[in-house]
Amino acid sequence: MTQVYLPRTLTELWTYLDGEPEALIYTGGTDLLVKMPAENANTAPALICLERLGELRCIRETADSILIGSTTTHAELLRHPLILAQLPVLAQALQTLGSPLIRNMGTIGGNICTASPAGDTLPPLYILEAEVELHSRKAVRILPIREFISGPGKTQLQKGEILSGVAVKKPADYNIHHFEKVGQRKSMACAVASMAALLRLSPSGLIEAARLALGSVGPTVVTATAIDESLIGKKLSLTSLAATAERIRQLVAPIDDVRASADYRRTVSGNLLLRLLDARTQ
Amino acid sequence: MTIHFILNGEKTTLNVTPDRRAVDVLREDCGRTGTKEGCGAGECGACTILVDGESRLSCLMLAAQLEGRKITTIEGMAVRDSLHPLQNAFIRHGAVQCGFCTPGMILAATSLMNHNPHPTRADIRAGLSGNLCRCTGYQKIVDAVEAAVRLEEEKS
Repeated sequence: MTQVYLPRTLTELWTYLDGEPEALIYTGGTDLLVKMPAENANTAPALICLERLGELRCIRETADSILIGSTTTHAELLRHPLILAQLPVLAQALQTLGSPLIRNMGTIGGNICTASPAGDTLPPLYILEAEVELHSRKAVRILPIREFISGPGKTQLQKGEILSGVAVKKPADYNIHHFEKVGQRKSMACAVASMAALLRLSPSGLIEAARLALGSVGPTVVTATAIDESLIGKKLSLTSLAATAERIRQLVAPIDDVRASADYRRTVSGNLLLRLLDARTQ
Repeated sequence: MTIHFILNGEKTTLNVTPDRRAVDVLREDCGRTGTKEGCGAGECGACTILVDGESRLSCLMLAAQLEGRKITTIEGMAVRDSLHPLQNAFIRHGAVQCGFCTPGMILAATSLMNHNPHPTRADIRAGLSGNLCRCTGYQKIVDAVEAAVRLEEEKS
């Protein structure tokens, strides 16, 4: 039998963690409890579920950023006016994540800590320059998400530490907020490839600023300053995007798996850029 | 551990192993076998229950997480001998074939209507997109939910 703790405050959490330093931590359970029966049956020393930790369930705004507590569910984010108005690229990604049931349970902190190459919130968080807040009994430290996630399923989270929140910069300088995921079906689909993009188009239609991130086509989210810069000064047209699409196909490092071949993922990655032709300014 | 929760309106106290799955506790300890287990991995929605009025997958919840919650299973939808309007609509529209997905479908539809009392057909399809049916092809299920929504709209 494995003990299950449900702390209501951070103080309670630290007490449980002191007593059970090897405990596995979850909130929605949509990743951990799926893997449990096979991998951890009766081997987990204890489980700590953060679903009742109210302190971490919040969405707040400062002058230039938005702070999201780690136990905020995907459904809560999708209902929140701040997220819908200010972070459409994240909202678009959340709409494709799992199913309504998964979105009622899964949390943004869980999606980050699972660190799946196919995690749907990750490409938007990378281009929103997200920073994660890591909390332990003694200290708080902040890391850019690209440093926090170090490989597939791997993060810099240490023993006795939890991810308490994520802060993103308001993308006020961008007028195109775009996310698209290609999967095998619409709902409950793991990404075969995905792309998040923020662009600023001038009134004459030239790209003045660009940030792209690709999911599910490398061990972690793929971004490249050179790719972003290659778009500057170009128009959103098929001919002007074609060269960058080809560079993306060369840059990504996908694998073959049950959902798609590496070749297919490479082709789709470039094609996802061309879909910006249909994106609308906001 | 001892847990206290409200199951279909009734105060319930149980002695359970905390790491058992909620679906198993509801079926085996509480005898509410209307909650089905399909995939056991959150992909099919057959084990859908309502936790404080919102849909959850009971295969991905542990017994300890039931503590203090209001749980609704399909057995809690009818009021005495009167079926819930969604249940009536499922019967009238032939939305049930083998019936295995039906409890989950009805509870997911209830959760959808709690958040959005006027869903369009597209909203209904999206709202039920985590619940698999291998018999009906979904058309009649969507028809049934749409009929129940219109009925509620006429009442109010």
